[in-house]
Amino acid sequence: MALVCVHGPLRRLAGGSAELEIGGATVEELLRGLEREHPSTAGWILDERSCIRRHINVFVNGERGSERTAVGSSDRVEILPAITGGAT
Amino acid sequence: MTELLLGTKKGLFALEGEPGSEFDVTCRAFAGEPIDFAMRDPGSGRVIATTTSPFYGPKIWFADDPAGEWTQAEGVALPEGGDHALERIWVIVAGEDGSLYAGGDPGVLFESRDGGATWTLNQSLWEHRVQEDWQPGGGGLCLHSIVPWPGEPDRLAIAVSAAGVWLTDDHGETWRRGNRGIRPRYLPDDAPDDTFQLCVHRMERARLDPQRMFIQFHGGVYRSDDAGQTWSEIGSGLPSDFGFPLALDPSDPDSAYVIPLTGDFDRVTPEGHVCVYETRDGGVTWTPRGQGLPADHAYLTVLRRAFDRAGEGSSLQLYFGATSGDVFGSGDAGGSWFTAATRLPPVFSITASV
Repeated sequence: MALVCVHGPLRRLAGGSAELEIGGATVEELLRGLEREHPSTAGWILDERSCIRRHINVFVNGERGSERTAVGSSDRVEILPAITGGAT
Repeated sequence: MTELLLGTKKGLFALEGEPGSEFDVTCRAFAGEPIDFAMRDPGSGRVIATTTSPFYGPKIWFADDPAGEWTQAEGVALPEGGDHALERIWVIVAGEDGSLYAGGDPGVLFESRDGGATWTLNQSLWEHRVQEDWQPGGGGLCLHSIVPWPGEPDRLAIAVSAAGVWLTDDHGETWRRGNRGIRPRYLPDDAPDDTFQLCVHRMERARLDPQRMFIQFHGGVYRSDDAGQTWSEIGSGLPSDFGFPLALDPSDPDSAYVIPLTGDFDRVTPEGHVCVYETRDGGVTWTPRGQGLPADHAYLTVLRRAFDRAGEGSSLQLYFGATSGDVFGSGDAGGSWFTAATRLPPVFSITASV
């Protein structure tokens, strides 16, 4: 099981935990697993097309990942809101 | 006491006051979040608000008290695994049988029968959306106007930018277009007469004569006397027939109020002069209603949902907000205006209730 680290409002939606152990072979499978364990997170990270929302970044062991990035059982996956703004 | 609920670029603001004086800000919720729309459900008394987080996507929330605990509504999503994602919820409107309707981008309609806690996508309209070539306007493919038929809960009209007017008589089981007579000047002259690439900006229905409807179009103001089947242009007496907001006096089917902007090339109040225009004869004539509004170097932009009314007749209250963060009101059907609030974030929407 990979270690998934959540921040901001996602932490509250995930039951208050900053780190969760979740199974899955890809980032998408991992995020769907997070939604199954904590249904309140549904729609917050992945949209209906199973795309990671535009201003969410997912890092696998410190490297930027996508929905299809492979995840191993000892990997650390960080889910972070992007540094954005400046124009609004 | 009048309550205003303001959706702004940086949160939901609740204001209370009496016409004629500055309103009190009683609450700011969702600090920092864009609030597209907020309304108080006349059935449940709940406040329903829509957010589009730049990070986490569009959501609908509800609360008994806007200063209290908010709960995220369920079901506000498109079918999974398709080619589309929900972008934004533009408007929520109370239906005639206690239901609530929500309209949004990409051209979607949801219905709630439990006071906004859970929502269901209108599948029939969604199939039109998926199967037909609906094109977005500059603000997205937004379903921004939902107009029930007083006393007949199965009859509904909606407007989409830029997919025109749609009508249903069977509670959304089937839909048909209602666009005849609308002339989009932004299309080539040889565009087909039956085009539905129609950028309606806002639509309303007269309560006492539901066949009577009005549209503020992307260039043109229109009236329908047959429940949206056909439309006639009525904007010739206005300084500009481009604009977004529209409001009606429920006591007078011949009434309409618009706030013209210079044009699609310059979306500010014409000549730096803020003015609301009123008709009481179905659009044959228009009267400027600007007493008390800024008249000198005031280049305001008023968005489509940032205009609402409360009450009716001679005590009709009108309120509009601008992207400047100013909110103006009238307690005498537009005869005179006062400043209800200033220095708020850009105002996306206003709803008023008494």
